Amino acid sequence: MEKILEIKGLSKRFYLHEQNREIRSCRDISFSLNKGGFIGIVGTSGAGKSTVLRCIYRTYLATTGSVVYDSLSYGKLDLVRASERQIIHLRKVEIGYVSQFLTILPRTTAKQHVINGALDAGFSYEESVRRAEEMMRYFKLSENLWDIYPNTFSGGEKLRLNLAHAMVKAPRLLLLDEPTASLDNNTKILVKELLMKLKAEGTSMIGIFHDLEFMEGLCDHVYNISQGSFQTGAEQSEAEQSEAEQTRAEQEAS
Amino acid sequence: MEQPVLRVDHLTVRYGKTCDYCRNGGKLTKNTCPHCKTVWACNDVNVTLYEGEILGIVGESGSGKSTLMKSLYFDFGITEGKGYLKDFENGETDIFSQSLQQKKYIKNHIMGMVYQNPVLGLRMDYSSAGNIAEKLIAAGNRNFGKMNERIAELLDAVEILQSRKKEPPKNFSGGMQQRVQISKALANNPAILLLDEVTTGLDLSVQAKVLELIRKIRQEFNISIMLVSHDLAVIRMLADRTIVMLDGRIIEQGLTDQILDDPQQPYTQQLVHSLL
Repeated sequence: MEKILEIKGLSKRFYLHEQNREIRSCRDISFSLNKGGFIGIVGTSGAGKSTVLRCIYRTYLATTGSVVYDSLSYGKLDLVRASERQIIHLRKVEIGYVSQFLTILPRTTAKQHVINGALDAGFSYEESVRRAEEMMRYFKLSENLWDIYPNTFSGGEKLRLNLAHAMVKAPRLLLLDEPTASLDNNTKILVKELLMKLKAEGTSMIGIFHDLEFMEGLCDHVYNISQGSFQTGAEQSEAEQSEAEQTRAEQEAS
Repeated sequence: MEQPVLRVDHLTVRYGKTCDYCRNGGKLTKNTCPHCKTVWACNDVNVTLYEGEILGIVGESGSGKSTLMKSLYFDFGITEGKGYLKDFENGETDIFSQSLQQKKYIKNHIMGMVYQNPVLGLRMDYSSAGNIAEKLIAAGNRNFGKMNERIAELLDAVEILQSRKKEPPKNFSGGMQQRVQISKALANNPAILLLDEVTTGLDLSVQAKVLELIRKIRQEFNISIMLVSHDLAVIRMLADRTIVMLDGRIIEQGLTDQILDDPQQPYTQQLVHSLL
């Protein structure tokens, strides 16, 4: 299988000058993501899950290690050492990041927000509008929300808007930072269906999730992160997966 | 390698005679030499600006942000350093050593500046249209009808009513003055826009308008913008890359979200933690 992302020995330490103290987040993380694959990361809060994603997206500067991404624009590239211009370009065109939080310019409507995403990725204005509308329908954002400022949206609507904003660029790699936190079950199922669709279309993804049930059938691998490093044996093979399903079925039956 | 639209090498602006101590890199107290009291307002500053990007500049008052901006617009003479513009002789000649005439050409054709204080950028007693016309005339326009058309276009872009174009900016609110300044700066389709704390002191709704305008300008004209701001939320929303200045020096630079979420330097950490 061709690999789109290969992470080797990634660690991140934060040095707080004021307290003169070092905080270790993730330690010696190594894994790789196949093209079109989906890796799930689980772990308690504070374990360093988000740090891994942010190091890949270069919001955080990794202290050691490498994140080799097989890009369309530049070929194989270590995201830890790539230039800022390269990262900006990759973010606009190839790598998407979705969290449950929404950062948006004031006085920007939901539709305009998604259109801006497409414009950033280099589509023409007409094409951007077309793609944005298509995406918003795809994520079931009803038309009467399009011309509203998203600050008033519900959590689920914001999240779907975030997804639409990221997906309108048709990224090759999508990083999902707890996108289903604070969503009700019906919306979760909707998001899961949409992610399945994306996966079927060939988008490679890494996602952080809290609920294991959500990840079933979606992730190829699940890594459990604890105190900053991957737990050995946490990899979820297909056998284990069916076993888990079985136990759950038993539980439900009783 | 991509050619930047602006490159500044080793820019230094200082006031005072200097002495052997500070010339040889002795430690300064803030930006001032403890022996000869020379002020190093900008100290060996290197900046590159690429096409279509917004570069944020943050730092405390007196850190040299405005000095950098005003030096680029030739308001201050610089002490040392070189600057190159892609649109000026293909970036091969230093802009700071040009004649006054050439500098005027650069100011009128390649760069636009919006000051924090509108008094510096506008003639308060002239009509708003006249203010913009001044810039158009400076760039060689002489056709009254064409200039009028352009002025109408610019005022529309910044949402100022045509019916008020004959009024002098002194009659306008702060936000409107700022928008007239922006339209004046854009008059000759510059490649680079220098924005020095344009949203400081404006109320939130007007600030939102100005921010929206900046985003629109960037999107429509693919212009490169240097944006000085105290407001880290503004920087986060608009800037692609950010540089942090302290005591006349650049102490840190990087992707905006990296600077704000994973600051490395003590001062930057302090700055980010001061955020409400």
